[in-house]
Amino acid sequence: MSEAFLSVEAVSKTFAPRLSLGERIAAALGAPPAKRPLQAVREVSLEIRRGETLGLVGESGCGKSTLGRMIAGIAAPSAGAVSLDGDPVMRGGRKATTRVQTVFQDPFASLDPRMKVGDAIAEGPVAHGLVAKPQARAYVAGWLDRCGLDPAMADRWPHQFSGGQRQRVAIARALAMQPDLLVCDEPVASLDVSIQAQILNLLMDLRRDLGLTCLFVSHDISIVRHVSDRVAVMYLGRIVELGPAASVLARPAHPYSLGLLESAPRLSLDGRSTFRPIPGDVPSPLAPPPGCAFAPRCSLAQDACRAAPPPLSEVAPERFSACLRADVLTGRPPGQASHMSGA
Amino acid sequence: MSPPVLDVVDLTTEFALRGGGAARAVDGVSFSLARGEIVGLVGESGSGKSVTGFSLMGLIDPPGRVAGGSVRLNGAELAGMDAEGLRARRGREIAMIFQDPVATLNPLLTVGAQMRMALAAHARTPRRAADDRCAAALARVGIPAARDRLAAYPHEFSGGMRQRVAIAIALLHAPSVVIADEPTTALDVSVQAQILVEMRALAAETGLSLIWISHDLAVVSGFASRILVMYAGRVVEQGPAEAVLRAPRHPYTRGLIDSLPAAAKPGEPLRQIPGGAPSLGALPPGCAFAPRCPRAAGACRAAPPVETREGARAWRCLFPLEAGA
Amino acid sequence: MSAPSTPLALFWADFRENRVALAALAMVALIALAAIFAPLIAPQNPYDLATLSLMDARRPPGFVGSGGYVHLLGTDPQGRDLVSAILYGLRISIQIGVAAGAVALTLGATLGVAAAYLGGRLEALIMRAVDLQLSFPPILLALVLSALLGQGRLQLIAALVAAQYAYFARTAYGAASAERRKDYVEAALATPLSGRRVVFRHLLPNCAPPLIVVATVQIANAISLEATLSFLGLGLPVNEPSLGMLIANGFPYMMSGRSWISVYPGVALIVLIVAINLVGDQVRDQFNPRLRR
Repeated sequence: MSEAFLSVEAVSKTFAPRLSLGERIAAALGAPPAKRPLQAVREVSLEIRRGETLGLVGESGCGKSTLGRMIAGIAAPSAGAVSLDGDPVMRGGRKATTRVQTVFQDPFASLDPRMKVGDAIAEGPVAHGLVAKPQARAYVAGWLDRCGLDPAMADRWPHQFSGGQRQRVAIARALAMQPDLLVCDEPVASLDVSIQAQILNLLMDLRRDLGLTCLFVSHDISIVRHVSDRVAVMYLGRIVELGPAASVLARPAHPYSLGLLESAPRLSLDGRSTFRPIPGDVPSPLAPPPGCAFAPRCSLAQDACRAAPPPLSEVAPERFSACLRADVLTGRPPGQASHMSGA
Repeated sequence: MSPPVLDVVDLTTEFALRGGGAARAVDGVSFSLARGEIVGLVGESGSGKSVTGFSLMGLIDPPGRVAGGSVRLNGAELAGMDAEGLRARRGREIAMIFQDPVATLNPLLTVGAQMRMALAAHARTPRRAADDRCAAALARVGIPAARDRLAAYPHEFSGGMRQRVAIAIALLHAPSVVIADEPTTALDVSVQAQILVEMRALAAETGLSLIWISHDLAVVSGFASRILVMYAGRVVEQGPAEAVLRAPRHPYTRGLIDSLPAAAKPGEPLRQIPGGAPSLGALPPGCAFAPRCPRAAGACRAAPPVETREGARAWRCLFPLEAGA
Repeated sequence: MSAPSTPLALFWADFRENRVALAALAMVALIALAAIFAPLIAPQNPYDLATLSLMDARRPPGFVGSGGYVHLLGTDPQGRDLVSAILYGLRISIQIGVAAGAVALTLGATLGVAAAYLGGRLEALIMRAVDLQLSFPPILLALVLSALLGQGRLQLIAALVAAQYAYFARTAYGAASAERRKDYVEAALATPLSGRRVVFRHLLPNCAPPLIVVATVQIANAISLEATLSFLGLGLPVNEPSLGMLIANGFPYMMSGRSWISVYPGVALIVLIVAINLVGDQVRDQFNPRLRR
């Protein structure tokens, strides 16, 4: 696996329940636990290749943000390891590299309201010696300009910026650390539609010009399709499908990917759209079904699906699916296969 | 053709500013809604789409006020109506659904208790009959085992189910118009699709008229029969969904459609609208979109363009795009 | 005039709009200045026993004493000029209130932020201790401590700090654990920046608003607590009367027609405390996002 630049090996993240003193005493005395731990990410293995953009898509609670945060070095995995070029991203519960940087979803929350944006951008690079303090102003001005902002804005406060401008500042702050891997966690989800395109274009430009590797986390399939080389689809803590974006989203090899694709609103010019909702609800992550987590909602499910979680296996060159019946899907064009997810 | 259920003419809502003066959040909005029709009200944050909804409900609080215009609901004029008359109509003839059902539902009361209260606001119903009606309302929006769920508290429902409860409450009195303010924005796409399909069936079956407020052109495109596009408080374009989306006349509508990732090849730059939305307190004197518009000329900056009507379509633009472009 | 842009300028622009708070702030400033410059303004040094004469004791306002000047507010049972005594008393009260407030703020904020940032056992230990202490009335704690520690400024400040730091710790903990979860702290940790930098450059400045609010209220509380202790004879030595002791000194004469001895120091104390609280109320309203337009 020489192409793996960032590698995620059997990573899990479990959030322990917060127990009150009484519950802890009860547990120590051998009482059955009242609260169960929440397993947000379950034994995910993944690699991001140098220079590619990997899209990570899924619905709320599927673990995509938690996985993104572990790759970004913000949350430590409960098990497994994340490494960049062979070096661990986190060591002893703390981030151990500056080569991975993050752009967060909400630019209103991710900038310190009490710090001028220029200082916020300069802080990291100065602390890590990427630029000497006397040169910091010019360095910051360069990055602001690079991100489409007037360098004179360095002396302004976050509250003086619009949402789109703040996200540009947040991108400048991340890039000023000269990362090799940029983790974008829903970077346009809180922005207005007309601003989303500006930020997506900026990210795509910068990625190309700087030769960045990207992890792009989003719930929006149309955005992921647009920016990604490869895409990973998550459902209830596991990756259910992985492959080149164009082919996964044109012909999914997992019924959940297909359902997600058909639920997503598309601009329909004839005014008659065909939303095909996935029936039912996502199971509780506190009590996932024993087999494939999607089986209760899946019309293709067989007994074998309910026995054990199917492994992610190669169904075609470069294409991976965690579905025992992937052949049914890959054998047919999506139009014909879609009857199984009818409302 | 039957008379419209809701007829809005020149609705204007202002908010007093701190330093004196007022910001027009809604400026001369006119449209009408037929029985069973779904209208999509599209705009970005600050475009006035939610304030329009609140104005129709008579829910504008100081420092805001409805400054002018006429709103006729089932033939009765709501503008200038006293609080008592508005209250009698709210919930029974016109109802609203919000983005965040958590804010609408009381966490301390069971869903059944809240529904019975909503029911009692307009009709005295014996307990058993009330429970029947509430359970039927829940069942209609796709909540399984509705009768048993009446005894459940809001936190026992998932996000999508909670929004369904809020919708069921809004539909309790079978209002003729429901204003839905981004009700699926906070939900996952698979749940959103479920609710959209159910609402569309409901409108077709019961003749309910819907105003669906959304920032997402794609959601509205497949769902609404007519689309209103708002920018900086004004409806800049309206018409049948298909016509507006296929051949928009206003450059802003064109820009919104073109900036969607689906409109470009993967990896190619998206066609972006430059700049950002103006602040309502400091609108340019002419067309509010002029500073961002590729077609703007001097005349656009002089005075706001008046509405041009052509059949079922209308737009506010001096240099509209070609009809067939 | 250009629009204010720094957070401080914005804050001041809002503050100016409330005239009551502005007047209260002016009053606090006036009292503080009068207290600071007391040695220059006061006709008499009330701590200098040599200038006191028992001949002048308990004289009503307007009396011209042996010093040859008018005692505007009368004199106390030791023959001190009340104007001078009040000015010097305010000096002591404010000094002690501010010193106790500052030390309690530093101690409490350190403990609270440390608990929120570090978490785990330390968090449990610190916050349980703070909760335990908050369940005692502060006056009781201050009484017991000053009885144990004895008289003197440092002892008094120590007693007040012990009685009050828990409020700051609770507030700092609440603010810091809320800020700790916000994205900008996460962004700083993900850069990565050192824990020290995150705490001092990001966490603390953003916890400042509620702490400033509590600080204004607690300084007023410290002043009134100090007055209470002094009134009960537990605070400062008799030869350096603070406001509380001046009130106590006049107390036996309240019913014998010489009410000024207690009343004027009392009025000074009330004005100071009310003014500080009015300023505190406005500051709190401005920091409360729910009340912001």
